[in-house]
Amino acid sequence: MKELKPEDIKIIVATDCGSTTTKAILIEKHGDEYRLIVRGEAPTTVEAPFEDVTMGVLNAIAEVEELSGRKLLDEKGQIIKPAQNGVGTDIYISTSSAGGGLQMMVAGVVRSMTAESAERAALGAGAIVMDVIAANDKRLPHQQIERIRHLRPDMILLSGGVDGGTLTHVVEIAELISAADPRPRLGTGYKLPIIYAGNKDARETIKKTLGDKTSLDIVDNIRPVLERENLHPAREKIHDLFMEHVMAQAPGYRKLMSLTDAPIMPTPGAVGLIIKTIADLEKMEVIGVDIGGATTDIFSVFQGVFNRTVSANLGMSYSISNVFAESGLPNVMRWVPFKMDERDLRNRVKNKMIRPTTIPQMMEELIFEQAIAKEALRLAFIQHKSFATTLKGVQQQRTIAEAFEQSASGQTIVNMMTCNMLIGSGGVLSHAPRRNQAALMLIDAFLPEGITRLAVDSIFMMPQLGVLSTVHPQAAKEVFDKDCLIHLGTCIAPVGVEKEGKEILKYKFILPDGKTEAGVLKYGEMKMIPLAVGETAQAHLEPERGMDLGHGKNKNIETTINGGVAGIILDGRGRSNFLPADENVRVKKLKEWMLALDIYPKWALER
Amino acid sequence: MGHAYTPGLKVTGKMLITKKRILPLKGEVLAKVGDKVQPDTVVARTFLPGPVEPMNVANILSIAPEDVPYFMLKKEGEKVQKDEIMAKAKTFFGLFTSVCKAKAEGTIESISSITGQVLLRGNPVPVEVHAYLVGEVVEVFPQEGVAVSSWGSFIQGIFGVGGETNGEIKIVVGSPSDILTDKEIDENSKGKIIVGGCLVTASAINKAISAGAKGIIVGGLDDKDLRDFLGYDLGVAITGSEEKGITLVITEGFGQINMAQRTFNLLKSNQGKLACINGATQIRAGVIRPEVIIPIAGDVKIKEEKEKFESVGLEADSPIRVIRQPYFGKLGQVKDLPPALQKLETESTARVLEVEFDSDGRAIVPRANVEMLEE
Repeated sequence: MKELKPEDIKIIVATDCGSTTTKAILIEKHGDEYRLIVRGEAPTTVEAPFEDVTMGVLNAIAEVEELSGRKLLDEKGQIIKPAQNGVGTDIYISTSSAGGGLQMMVAGVVRSMTAESAERAALGAGAIVMDVIAANDKRLPHQQIERIRHLRPDMILLSGGVDGGTLTHVVEIAELISAADPRPRLGTGYKLPIIYAGNKDARETIKKTLGDKTSLDIVDNIRPVLERENLHPAREKIHDLFMEHVMAQAPGYRKLMSLTDAPIMPTPGAVGLIIKTIADLEKMEVIGVDIGGATTDIFSVFQGVFNRTVSANLGMSYSISNVFAESGLPNVMRWVPFKMDERDLRNRVKNKMIRPTTIPQMMEELIFEQAIAKEALRLAFIQHKSFATTLKGVQQQRTIAEAFEQSASGQTIVNMMTCNMLIGSGGVLSHAPRRNQAALMLIDAFLPEGITRLAVDSIFMMPQLGVLSTVHPQAAKEVFDKDCLIHLGTCIAPVGVEKEGKEILKYKFILPDGKTEAGVLKYGEMKMIPLAVGETAQAHLEPERGMDLGHGKNKNIETTINGGVAGIILDGRGRSNFLPADENVRVKKLKEWMLALDIYPKWALER
Repeated sequence: MGHAYTPGLKVTGKMLITKKRILPLKGEVLAKVGDKVQPDTVVARTFLPGPVEPMNVANILSIAPEDVPYFMLKKEGEKVQKDEIMAKAKTFFGLFTSVCKAKAEGTIESISSITGQVLLRGNPVPVEVHAYLVGEVVEVFPQEGVAVSSWGSFIQGIFGVGGETNGEIKIVVGSPSDILTDKEIDENSKGKIIVGGCLVTASAINKAISAGAKGIIVGGLDDKDLRDFLGYDLGVAITGSEEKGITLVITEGFGQINMAQRTFNLLKSNQGKLACINGATQIRAGVIRPEVIIPIAGDVKIKEEKEKFESVGLEADSPIRVIRQPYFGKLGQVKDLPPALQKLETESTARVLEVEFDSDGRAIVPRANVEMLEE
């Protein structure tokens, strides 16, 4: 690995090797700022007949070379490093999710305590968690053994017990793993890596139980005491093993590892890292979502705590039918402003599942797909909220008042009122024909409260910026701010319940040209006020009685509002059950909102 | 960049088909190169490790875990029969004796003095791999399995349910636009692979199962009928392990869609012949589609001309099928491939093509929404 000081790094090439496409970006320092210059892509070459990931990487870089005019590859097709005389790059870095990414199984003693901590560590490291085995997961031991045997994970993270606690349960889980004799997913000539991050007193016994059959690594306990999680050592070890075992087994990765100037990161781990970095730098609470064809990942940072969840079967193509099955037809159709035949719809969804690469040609199909996306996002967000919680099983001292509130440990830390920014990525959001559609999908699915900025990652550059943040945080932040996000605008949503049509917010915006936009928002109404990307407006907001914008009920707010492609979106739908039950009224309201926000062309809503 | 079209499903009258028949674990290969095989010929065999039955002996005998090894009558590696006493403890000055009987027949794999748990490994489970095709073994992978080759007609479906099976082809409809109902199925369907037209009804599937038919090949299936047939709403297209008593191969998609004429004609010309079918579908990276193979006699040593089957991508006059609304299921030929992106009704821009439908008329469709008809 080359030692370059951050100030010496002026040219950066970064790639993300996805399952189907390898994406390369070129970042250059001009004057004092780092900017994205171009982006290129090429098919990933992990599978036969190529079986060498670096071919796709070099092809993607060659496209960057063509588009930018900067020579990056030498005659032998190798990356020129460091940059000299206008050719080459100072550093090259990469992420990867090719070949199925990092697939893990985690195990712990109590499902909601150590096993959940292990799950959090694995997800945070960018893994797909195939299963969580726990002593109390309601499966019989032989069923657990069968399950472990059938899964072929890349590695297992085993936790359990606080330091100094009982040994029996965690050793029992280790015995089950040993009996199952699990095999690694890739490669046949090596033992399955297992990370033990449990009670330190059980280490010797765990070594005896698993040491011969597996490749065992021991790190500090993930839950040394009930009141505290210590995820970092386990996450670091996961990343090390990902490089040593998983990546090294995938075709061409040894070569790729020799090319990069920083360890290759799993793609979702890198996305999580950039979101956490930005949240920390800007002191923001953030939710990021990536909705793909098969899965939906949600990342959040609240109270300084980073959480990631993967909803494995909520996606827009391979898993679209599952979204439909989990959500139910009525929940999808409540977002559609016209009637459609149920039998026909069900067949259409299944046809998208079996031919996942097709795109909507007709407007009604687009509207229907966006309705499904809202449900996929909503369901994934429910899962995320139930996972991003305070630690469970922690003893709390409570006052009488708290006891009456019935609050327990394990409450979600996701708070839509304090969420400052909602970032979406993935085809259905990033490639929506109108950006306003992406804004409304995010609003309807996540129901932001108070004042929330909305953005989409236009070209899915977050993975590369995540790994860049490990080498050069400043460059990563600058490119993230200026080139990665397309700002959609700001959603202002007072929370409370009122009668339809009742005034709930008085607003006044002083726009950049000095003009004032003032008015009243009624309950059940949506409005849009143009405010371009990069512009800000001074806002004076007066919520009516019982309505809250973040400073408490009826409390006025003076603040600066950021613009975007859509502008300022005033959402007066309260927040609970805002969709009318009566179908005709619902359709009328949907059309009204969609017209107000210019979501679809008028003709499409007049049918 | 990658091609913006779906490569399409193969439907071909004659090609050399090779299938690897591999064991899930290393074992014994029973066939050798040159052996002629039938679909049911066993070509390789192995034993999967038996199921594990954990027994907490410490709890059963009410003793401390560390005392378990002391009270065990059987040691690690020894065999036990079901209900055989494998541990015995005397308590209360030897007045009371408690015993622990084996829950199942097997071998003692481990005895833990930390948890008090004893793991009993059941007897190995035999697994056999069949040849699947009528053909010849062309390669042996020592301890793993074989490759079987056969010349045959080959039809790739779009979606299927159920695993490998075989039977005689029986066409029960007059044309690819006919619906396959229960009226077309009778006791003569036993052991057959039934071929329908544009749709199969739920009652037809049920009647086929009760009549003992092995499989159904049909153009379309309603999602509702699939749900009723499976008993659940299929979330992701990963199938093949269902045990429903029949294998389904859907050639076109969900809904009422005429089976492609060429597919229907090919099946019709093979009426009465043996077909080997598999409904296994996996629509993810490393896609698996269901298949129909009709083996034909021929020398498997003669290599086919590969080029003939290689796709060249979309070009003028390429036969295609539209795979999305508003022209879903329509067949036609490519007339034009304008290079510039075009705006669709949805307001998004995409690469498109102009198609002339077999049934008359032309239309512009996104290239992503067509698949080539491959031969």
